Amino acid sequence: MIKRKIDSIISVSKLSKKYNGFTAVDSISFSVRKGEIFAFLGPNGAGKTTTIKMLTTLLSPTSGSISVNGFDPKRDQNDVRKSFGIVFQDPSLDDELTARENLDFHGVLYSVPSDVRKIRIKELLTFVELWDRKDSFVKTFSGGMKRRLEIARGLLHHPKIFFLDEPTIGLDPQTRNKLWAYIKELNKKEGITIFFTTHYIEEAEKVADTVAVIDHGKILTKGSPVQLKQETASTTLEESFLKLTGHEIREEEGTVVDRMRMFRRHRK
Amino acid sequence: MNTIYILWLRQLKRFIRSKARIVGSLGQPILFLFALGFGFGPTFAKAGEGNYIQFLAPGVIAMSVLFSAVFFGIEIIWDRQFGFLKETLVAPVSRFYIMLGRTLGGATVSCIQGLIVLLISTVAGFRPVSILGIILALPIMFMGAIVFTALGTAIASKLEDMHVFQMIMNFIIMPLFFLSGALFPLKNLPPALDVITHLNPMTYAVDGLRAALTGTSHFSVITDMGALTGIAFVFLLIGSYLFSKIEL
Repeated sequence: MIKRKIDSIISVSKLSKKYNGFTAVDSISFSVRKGEIFAFLGPNGAGKTTTIKMLTTLLSPTSGSISVNGFDPKRDQNDVRKSFGIVFQDPSLDDELTARENLDFHGVLYSVPSDVRKIRIKELLTFVELWDRKDSFVKTFSGGMKRRLEIARGLLHHPKIFFLDEPTIGLDPQTRNKLWAYIKELNKKEGITIFFTTHYIEEAEKVADTVAVIDHGKILTKGSPVQLKQETASTTLEESFLKLTGHEIREEEGTVVDRMRMFRRHRK
Repeated sequence: MNTIYILWLRQLKRFIRSKARIVGSLGQPILFLFALGFGFGPTFAKAGEGNYIQFLAPGVIAMSVLFSAVFFGIEIIWDRQFGFLKETLVAPVSRFYIMLGRTLGGATVSCIQGLIVLLISTVAGFRPVSILGIILALPIMFMGAIVFTALGTAIASKLEDMHVFQMIMNFIIMPLFFLSGALFPLKNLPPALDVITHLNPMTYAVDGLRAALTGTSHFSVITDMGALTGIAFVFLLIGSYLFSKIEL
């Protein structure tokens, strides 16, 4: 128990978030070991993104405590922010800038010195196979290319933790495979802790060391994929996922952002 | 410092690259200059007020600066909707610097637009009194632009989508413009209008520009510049406070 405490890079205790009466995250506790790949698995609207937002200082919790790389997102915001890189669920690039300019912007914000920045940008863009498109505007990129660019960007300041919020949503299987290959390689070679959310069971099963199943703002269970299957007496993780979360289809309220995106797509 | 610079640079790059926006934003000032300028010109001259284009041009320049400045502030809503705001908000830098960088960028770009309109107004027959006047007009434009970019930022920090944009235009921006003395002289106004125009920050931008460019004005340049600087300071404080409170 004590050893686990020392090794954990993220620890969360009794964390809750309430929005006018609605409880999005309901007193969850968990910890992530240094260097592991940790998956938050849950259906739409389970509270995954809300949790990530609280871990990454974008949202302040209603109650509970968080420690990220030894810092408290409430008090030591900038120390927490320096510790992680993130790929958000929705695109967050500036379309009017080139791939390189987007990375450069990021590097400046994270005070990566300009000579180091140059080297790393080349390294990372080569790594995600976008170096030959470095001077193209991001608006000309496909969804998969944007994702790869966001991964490169999130790694530019050499974070200790890498958050990925539903990183493979809307990507074809080829891109998806490639993406996980990058991420696993990173985890292995650099020892970066990976924290990702997904509702694809096979992703959690294939990639993660530890899976936490979350639904209705609560963590139902956590463990290695093998443990989870044993626990629920299931042959596949999908079966145990459905046993845990039920068969009911979830409705997620469309946000303004979704509507805007639809509108934008229709116009094109 | 670098943070402020890179955000400023981003605004500038985005501006230079969107040709449609530059051309689009010039339509309104040109219309005002030519339609109102030549339409009201004869009446204005008959009333003994002199050349209307000469009076109107600083007002229209101030208008284009104001509109674009507010727009650059409000652009945060856009960044929020297309996700880029998140990227800046998780970065380990003070939100005040982010807001300041954006504001300075927006103000710079607005001044460039103001200068383009100044150039166009010379085609309509406007004649600035001196080169020195044009140089003096720059800080006035810039301070006015900061005021309104900060105002836009403050408003946008509280809003989630662009649907309210029309409302902001009609209930905040248009009144600020029409009640500023950009289109009519400030003397002998009905008392209510007199009070409103004196409380309107835009009034001081218009008057300051008129003082610099034509040598005639209602207040003194010192009053105008002082008022704008004071208001800029207050709006920057409010704007950065609201900006720092944004949660996504």
